[in-house]
Amino acid sequence: MREPTLDPTVDEAPPAPLRPRKVTTTTVDERLELIGAGLGSLCLVSIAYAHVLPTSGVLGFVVCWFLAFLLLHALIAKTSSPWPIVKDKIATSVMWGLAGIVLFALATTLVYTFSQGISALRHANFFTHNMAGVASTAPLTQGGIVNAIAGTVIMVAVAVLIALPLGLLTAIYLSEVGGKAANVVRTVVEAMTALPEILAALFIYVVLVVGVGFPKSGFAVSVAMSVTMVPIIARTGEVALRIVPSGLREASAALGASEWRTTWKVVVPTARAGLATALILAIARGVGETAVALLLSGASSFTNLNPFKDPMNSLPLYIYTAFETHDKTAIARAFGAASVLLIIILVLFVITRVIAREVKEAR
Amino acid sequence: MTVSTLAAEPTAGAGRPPRRLSSRRSGSDLAFRGVTTTVGISVLLITGSIGLFLGLQAVPTLSHYGFSFFTTSSWQPELNQIGIAAVLVGTVEIALVAVAVSVPLAMGFALFITEYAPRRLRSSMVSAIDLMAAVPSIIYGLWGFFLLQPHAIGLARWLSQHFGWIPIFKVSTDPNAAVWQQSKYTSSVFIAGLAVSMMVIPLACAVMRAVFDQAPRGEREAALALSGTRLGVIRMVVLPFGRGGIIGGSMLGLGRALGETAAVLLIISPAYVIKLRILEAGTQTVSALIAGNFGNATKSQLSALLTAGFVLFGITLVVNLVAAVIIRRSRSGAGIDA
Repeated sequence: MREPTLDPTVDEAPPAPLRPRKVTTTTVDERLELIGAGLGSLCLVSIAYAHVLPTSGVLGFVVCWFLAFLLLHALIAKTSSPWPIVKDKIATSVMWGLAGIVLFALATTLVYTFSQGISALRHANFFTHNMAGVASTAPLTQGGIVNAIAGTVIMVAVAVLIALPLGLLTAIYLSEVGGKAANVVRTVVEAMTALPEILAALFIYVVLVVGVGFPKSGFAVSVAMSVTMVPIIARTGEVALRIVPSGLREASAALGASEWRTTWKVVVPTARAGLATALILAIARGVGETAVALLLSGASSFTNLNPFKDPMNSLPLYIYTAFETHDKTAIARAFGAASVLLIIILVLFVITRVIAREVKEAR
Repeated sequence: MTVSTLAAEPTAGAGRPPRRLSSRRSGSDLAFRGVTTTVGISVLLITGSIGLFLGLQAVPTLSHYGFSFFTTSSWQPELNQIGIAAVLVGTVEIALVAVAVSVPLAMGFALFITEYAPRRLRSSMVSAIDLMAAVPSIIYGLWGFFLLQPHAIGLARWLSQHFGWIPIFKVSTDPNAAVWQQSKYTSSVFIAGLAVSMMVIPLACAVMRAVFDQAPRGEREAALALSGTRLGVIRMVVLPFGRGGIIGGSMLGLGRALGETAAVLLIISPAYVIKLRILEAGTQTVSALIAGNFGNATKSQLSALLTAGFVLFGITLVVNLVAAVIIRRSRSGAGIDA
């Protein structure tokens, strides 16, 4: 905040900073309404639901409680407020309820996966051994998923090597070169960001395996992954390049830089945070792809570090094959692998947040 | 070059035509444009040729089975009976259930973020929805199978008990039996749709939130100044303005749901009959059909699977293109009567 100044060149003191008046406040009445309706409906439902009505189950209880809460809240509010305000209050509760459902679903997904995966994660061999010669029913002290982790890392790395240059250059083309053809490219790229992974897998199967005669391998999986990753990098990257102020481009051009140098030394470095986000989004998509690995590589129990030969396992594929056995320990391993997959996703996610925050602070 | 001539005659000017500016691109500029354009066009060709290649592979199957490929519901390659009628119905049913569940939730969450959430909670809510989008499909499959299903079959039974008179909620077993047949309610369209909705919600929510955020401030404040409630502002300003985003986001979610593979593959048990009873066990979708049968398919079966893939490609492409057009329109502000 600026101090009031006595500088004679300023003929009037700057006005006190205007703060927008807070338009929404909760009064004591409203809070009591909420608490009262919540407690009242809880008591009502816990008696009616458990003792009077022939109903059972936690899910039904929560739903009935919420509905009773809405009803009671409406009745209480109606005693003091006109109808539009009652409707507004109900709508507020409904919105909180909907948001609660979504957050609850997300939280249970994360917590449940980790809680089921912990029994497998506790054993160090889970990260150092592979499943070669280990039956899927063997106890968790044997075998591990190092082959799937290595496979995922190699496949995604190769996919990034293919997708990053193509995606980045396409993004540069869309934002820096442009033209009529670019609009067509943009439309197709946008439609392809939602391409189901299974179709990318079929496409690469037809072209690479049937057409060229390339064997089913980790490399084929990487190519299919890159088919889904390029549109994501291109589209998200284009958005990042577009928000680079054109003044920077013009300044660079005025200093005599060629378009290539302008893009490479000015535009791309300025947009690097957005481009990194685009890349990480694409990696997150590639890491989780199941069907491409299922169709183009196939599961294997041994560790294979050569992407050009022999099947290569990946984490999602491992989860799927372990699930298919319907065996208890195999499913525990599947949850262990799912936890590792989630950890990878969470790490990537935190990186994007950190990058985004740095950009915000730099501004 | 031209700069030096200008410096040599600084006073010359009046009466002379303006110096001609050359905008001829240098060699490196041309190379830059050439390289990026080539890559852009080749990405267009590669992604565009997906349809072409799948279409070419579909020709033998389509010429062999003809139109019956779309009307046969059984998938028995050994009996030479192959058709995707039931599979398409299953695909559409799961996608519709997923969209029907997720649109209210996504809309509610988007409105919650833009209108209701306390300011300091807002950015973490956005992070939560982004994280939800990043969780892989197979993990939602595990979640749906092991955690959701035991609870969801209770809900399914309740629905069939009380709404069984609606054909889609009917289940071919007695829902009121004291010992009810739980296996009749598992692996259904309903449960698969719920799991898929976990992937549709963040997608649709992100689009809707972006559009709701852009609702004009002036009109919001005008509505408030006319003593509108928050609900009034939403109904009179935010929703009419965001109509395109709501429709486009839902369509985008539909496109995603139609092609969803891993979660569906985990949850459903394959059944090749056209049935509209969404609570009953057994269904099949195009992507699960391909993923499940690809490994041990003979050459002709492979062609049939590729044909099914081609059909899926056509459907998702149309849905996604329409969604992209609607969303772009809503962003440009067209179609809004302000």
